[in-house]
Amino acid sequence: MSFQDIIFYTFSAILIASALGVITVRNPVNSALLLVLSFVTCAGLWLLLEAEFLAIALVLVYVGAVMVLFLFVVMMLDINLDRLREGFWKWFPFGALIALVMVVEISMVLMGKYFGLEEMPIPRPHEADYSNTRELGRLIYTEYVYAFELAAVLLLVAMVAAIALTLRHREDKKSTDPAKQVQVKKEDRLRMVSMQAEKKE
Amino acid sequence: MEYFQQQFITLFGAEWGAMLYAFASNMTFIFAIVIPLLLGVAYLTFAERKIIAYMQIRVGPNRVTFFGIPWLRGWGQPIADAVKAIMKEIVIPTGANKFLFVLAPVLAIMPALAAWAVIPFSPELVLADINAGLLYILAMTSMGIYGIIIAGWASNSKYAFLGAMRSAAQVVSYELAMGFALVCVLMMSQSLNLGDIVNGQQGGSFLNWYLIPLFPMFLVYLISGVAETNRAPFDVAEGESEIVAGFHVDYSGMAFTVFFLAEYSNMILVATLTSIMFLGGWLPPIDMAPFTMIPGFVWLLLKIAFILFLFLWFRATFPRYRYDQIMRLGWKVFIPITLIWIVLLGAIMQLPESIRNTFPLSIWF
Repeated sequence: MSFQDIIFYTFSAILIASALGVITVRNPVNSALLLVLSFVTCAGLWLLLEAEFLAIALVLVYVGAVMVLFLFVVMMLDINLDRLREGFWKWFPFGALIALVMVVEISMVLMGKYFGLEEMPIPRPHEADYSNTRELGRLIYTEYVYAFELAAVLLLVAMVAAIALTLRHREDKKSTDPAKQVQVKKEDRLRMVSMQAEKKE
Repeated sequence: MEYFQQQFITLFGAEWGAMLYAFASNMTFIFAIVIPLLLGVAYLTFAERKIIAYMQIRVGPNRVTFFGIPWLRGWGQPIADAVKAIMKEIVIPTGANKFLFVLAPVLAIMPALAAWAVIPFSPELVLADINAGLLYILAMTSMGIYGIIIAGWASNSKYAFLGAMRSAAQVVSYELAMGFALVCVLMMSQSLNLGDIVNGQQGGSFLNWYLIPLFPMFLVYLISGVAETNRAPFDVAEGESEIVAGFHVDYSGMAFTVFFLAEYSNMILVATLTSIMFLGGWLPPIDMAPFTMIPGFVWLLLKIAFILFLFLWFRATFPRYRYDQIMRLGWKVFIPITLIWIVLLGAIMQLPESIRNTFPLSIWF
């Protein structure tokens, strides 16, 4: 067993354990943190595949931004676990069916003719100065530029829609305009009065 | 070096020997970075107290000295503080989540130290010379927030939780502006490797540094860096007068000191990155005889020290921002500026060769 194998099996073990933890741990904050751990170990596995850009992007986007906001929300919600577990057995057959369909779909792809060892040989190692990022950028902005732009526009539309749906215009709301606030001068707020000192009784 | 490598290979065999040799040499290098860094943090706290004291016409720490030497008065202060912190008891509140409470300082300091792996100190002196260095830095600095959020939540205290919430929102918003400012640097240098970014600023003098073509980005990066490290005037996460001490209000002794170390090593990291991206890293200001005789490492240290001085100067000068103003500055001022600058820079880079080779543009493009 070489050094790479040891790293691979260690990371895989941590990944599977933490992914199981995400759905079994009772505390939602712990569960979110275990999801972070599984993202990080997944990034480690991608690094072993020389996909350094994707690995770092995973950490940057999912660990650095998405999960922070997720934790933010989970920490502020008071989640009642008993109510969440209500009706577990009622919905279990439905969930199990969906899980089964997913397993069948994944195995159809993995066991089919596309992912055999003959079709997908071990990728050949690249030179030290080979830049994954450059290659990815070239592909995204030349060959797949329309698909890429389309995906970007889709995300933008989703974002605008989310904001538009949750933004409520209230008439009685009091808001401040910081631009006006910083322009306030001393004369606008403060009136100096010069008056005689009062005599002591 | 060759000799040691041979020794490892004869002892452990070809594959494992090379692996263990790489491990041993990297560990040596890591200690050579981390130990001076922690000493730097210790003396940065001393510098902060002294500089702010002089700005406020006080004297600052002037008692603790080494071996009774009178002209070193005050210089023993950081060492004394460290010893004091180690001796103190770490109190874990009864209502706290013990595991996460202890984990939080570790998560705070880990990215602050790990990001140093890709920093080039001179053309040859870099631990990991990777192609995606800049991305790695962004990923590592974005993980620093976990320490703060977990500390705030695990303490099971209202003040700590408020501090963590404030800090999470602030750091996530300023990270965007910071990332966009770095995109401009990336466009200029056309490389993600930090060594190549410094080399891209080479040329006759300081006019070639990215500071000049990207001056607004320099300001955005520096100010976002102050916000990102939760320093004054953006220190609402701590906000002594509002929420006691924010996220670390329940921490004591060494656990508190680790947060302190993380904050200051993050400060040094931001200062180093600013020097590398905008101030030419190890390059001397003018490529001439008296300046080139000083080694590049010293130039880098001088630039870092200058940026750190700015950090301390800000703290002594500005009152704390109000929270909504911080958010406004990040989202409504910095992000539009950076987006406009990216478009402008892209447009300039696509100009015909003949225009780009005329005088002011020919220096940078």
